[in-house]
Amino acid sequence: MRRTLLALLYALPILFLLVFYVYPLLAILRVSFSVPAPEVVSQTLEMAASPSFWRVLWFTTWQATLSTVLTVLVGLPLAAIFARFDFPGKGIMAALLTIPFVMPTVVVAPAFLALIGRNGVLNTWLQASFGLTAPPLQLEQTIGLILLVHVFYNVAIVIRTVGGFWSNLSPSLGEAAAALGARPWQIFHTVTLPLLAPSILAASLLVFLFCFTSFGVVLILGGLRFATIEVEIYRQAVSYFNLPLAAFLSIVQLGVTFTVMVIYTRMQAGLSRSLRRRRRSQPRRPADLRQWLLVGGALCVTALGVLAPLAALVVRSFTLGDPGLTLIYYQALGQNLRQSAFFAPPVAAIGNSLLYAAATLAISLPLGVIAAYMLAQPRSRWAAVLDPLLLLPLGTSAVTLGFGYIVAMGPLRASPWLVPIAHSLIALPFVVRSFLPALRALDQRLRDAASMLGATPLRRWWTIDAPLLVRALLISAAFAFAISLGEFGATLLIARPDRPTMPMVIYQALSRPGLINYGQALAMSTILMAVTAFSLILIERFRLPGEEEF
Amino acid sequence: MLELRDIYKRFAPDKEVLRGIALTVAPQEIVCLLGPSGCGKSTLLRVIAGLERADRGQVLLNGADVGELPAYTRGVGLMFQDYALFPHLSVAENVAYGLRMKKLPAAQRQRRVEEMLALVNLQSYAGRAVDDLSGGEQQRVALARTLAPNPSLVLLDEPVANLDRLLREELMGELRRILKQLQMTTIFVTHDQEEAFALADRIAVMRAGRIEQVAPPAQLYRRPINTFVASFLGFDNLLPVERANPAEGVVRTPAGDFPLPVRPDRPIDDCRLLIPPDAAVLDDEQPGPTYIRFAGRVLTTTFRGSFFRLEIASMHGEQRLRFEFRTRGRDHLLEPGALIDLWLDSAQMLLVTEG
Repeated sequence: MRRTLLALLYALPILFLLVFYVYPLLAILRVSFSVPAPEVVSQTLEMAASPSFWRVLWFTTWQATLSTVLTVLVGLPLAAIFARFDFPGKGIMAALLTIPFVMPTVVVAPAFLALIGRNGVLNTWLQASFGLTAPPLQLEQTIGLILLVHVFYNVAIVIRTVGGFWSNLSPSLGEAAAALGARPWQIFHTVTLPLLAPSILAASLLVFLFCFTSFGVVLILGGLRFATIEVEIYRQAVSYFNLPLAAFLSIVQLGVTFTVMVIYTRMQAGLSRSLRRRRRSQPRRPADLRQWLLVGGALCVTALGVLAPLAALVVRSFTLGDPGLTLIYYQALGQNLRQSAFFAPPVAAIGNSLLYAAATLAISLPLGVIAAYMLAQPRSRWAAVLDPLLLLPLGTSAVTLGFGYIVAMGPLRASPWLVPIAHSLIALPFVVRSFLPALRALDQRLRDAASMLGATPLRRWWTIDAPLLVRALLISAAFAFAISLGEFGATLLIARPDRPTMPMVIYQALSRPGLINYGQALAMSTILMAVTAFSLILIERFRLPGEEEF
Repeated sequence: MLELRDIYKRFAPDKEVLRGIALTVAPQEIVCLLGPSGCGKSTLLRVIAGLERADRGQVLLNGADVGELPAYTRGVGLMFQDYALFPHLSVAENVAYGLRMKKLPAAQRQRRVEEMLALVNLQSYAGRAVDDLSGGEQQRVALARTLAPNPSLVLLDEPVANLDRLLREELMGELRRILKQLQMTTIFVTHDQEEAFALADRIAVMRAGRIEQVAPPAQLYRRPINTFVASFLGFDNLLPVERANPAEGVVRTPAGDFPLPVRPDRPIDDCRLLIPPDAAVLDDEQPGPTYIRFAGRVLTTTFRGSFFRLEIASMHGEQRLRFEFRTRGRDHLLEPGALIDLWLDSAQMLLVTEG
């Protein structure tokens, strides 16, 4: 009886993934192959031969490659400083670097516009200072801006992956090379770099994956000039209703992302193996002025890079088109303006978003906890099924998922539950992977010790399990909450227009002309940023050191 | 060969690690820095290697001050406690690393690598990955790599500490044979006095950033300069001295009076009486003219294989003393509580300065 109950419980997350992940993806395949066989071939060939397809694929690939290279170039020196030095403000720097991790694209893209866009803070300041008539920085709708934002988003991945690996390298390796006559640059390229290579490659793969499937950034900042596969899927599915082409693009993209994902997983396993039984290096205080300048510079670049766009967003939302402070954009959020695109006052979107986020918590937390308990049991048959199944959604783009729901869910398509379900699916890997390490760290011997000291099972759970797990649960919840609030790609495809979320409102406002719409977008972005920042503080507050499993 | 003059090093204002180190090492000599963890011995090694710079003082190598030179120009070899083998390179590539840095032509390089691998008995291991080797094999690769560029001075940081007991014994002998065969000037660091005794020509005992005593092993063992050195070498019978009167020829301790050992070169206040653990005999007859009778009560007996250790409380003053006796010829050990009479050899006793 207990076994059956347990099996039923364990079946839940697997069932959820099958119905809301595997089935929609299969449905996309079905759309591609809905026509008779000979036509499938000719139709596919036709699409594969079209120049627009190649243009999109080419752009997606090269911008992802370039973004990855730039991210590594920026991230590597920061990783080195992080791994080798101990300095005041290091904790703050680490916290700053988690900001891009959870900030939604609909916050970051407008934030960069607010900083260096045509009406951005920087341009306004430069024009005022030097008496220029035209804004000197012309970055809007250029590839440069897209690349910049991609670096902003992904540099933390390089710093965490490579920096973590770097600080695990025994310091005696470099010293041994020095004692054998290697100069500093020789040490770097004969010892340090070869040893770091796997971690750099792993980080690059992940960055490439994220840039390859970049959606919000390209959609908002790229205008009509640039489109990744992801953006093209959205346009084909929503604007042109060309479902076969959207399906074809989805399949191409899934092929690429799954391949990258498989290589990445393999590499991760290799990385953790090569890290065993090595002496960790102790980060040191900078020794001389040169090193202090290096560290100070890194700190400034990080703080400026992360905070300047977000600060510009806040500033702009209060000062747009007005030399003094103004609240009109915030006030406008509460009104249903005639020329506005919305059915309801935009402020209603805040309520919608919070409701969806709450529902996402209600779905993803129980499923995630069950899944984590399954995975924590070594050699369980359930875990063997669930482990790869859980990893795949990480490599699946949100737009593809949303598109899958459109073609798969039939009458369910209009259900308001579809949004939190999609959010839960996207949040699930994060929930599991923040909860699992805490669960694994729960040493059975601690429980045994508590029992030997006379704790009843209930007291044991309350005094040992609960205190150790409650922090992890809070972090998982904060992640799920932040992901739901900021989710853009899937939501855009499946949310009902009369129940828009905050990201949808921001996007719609941004794509309308006029200062009032732009200002509303900035104001809404600021609010979303504040709410996300709150969950971020929760995450940072409760994080146990060295426990991420990404 | 190597001369250290008045070396000071601090890591933080309140963390002075080296406090006036002076030491001279002769060519082909093996010198051991012996001391408890945190005494600064590894830091001193790193200062000599050039991985740390001394705040004050000079490092003279063959007469030239190398204190300002970076590690890679000093031509000093350093073997790390964790060996620091490059995991991405094979055994042969590890050994060749220093030769590559010296820009030795490939043919010579290969010859030298083969030579070094033969020296440490790993001829057939050239192509192996270092991660596949056992601890002892890794240690030998590390040694070959350190010696390959023919350094003028070799530094070994706890060279056998990471190995299990049996292997340690074997490799210590091997290590000394190789270093002597190559006529290598060597400084090594350890916290284990057995290692120091087995390997070194001379031992420098360090404590809190200073060198307390430098002497050849046997001399160090026979004449520890103070109670710190004595207890670090494993002597624990150090009786407080209440009065030592050269005129009377008697040392008074809580455990009774003892004949005054010969120490004319030192003032004899503020010192302790050292009785080595092997200075006691359990015979009935007096073994020699220097032996005196000593009565005690057995506290514990510990069987240690070839010898056993007896802890007794002195009849007079209840002082705890430990002695070691050979097991051979005894079919039973003494029971706790038994009263015994020992012979103690006063010629082996020593007055040791407190400190």
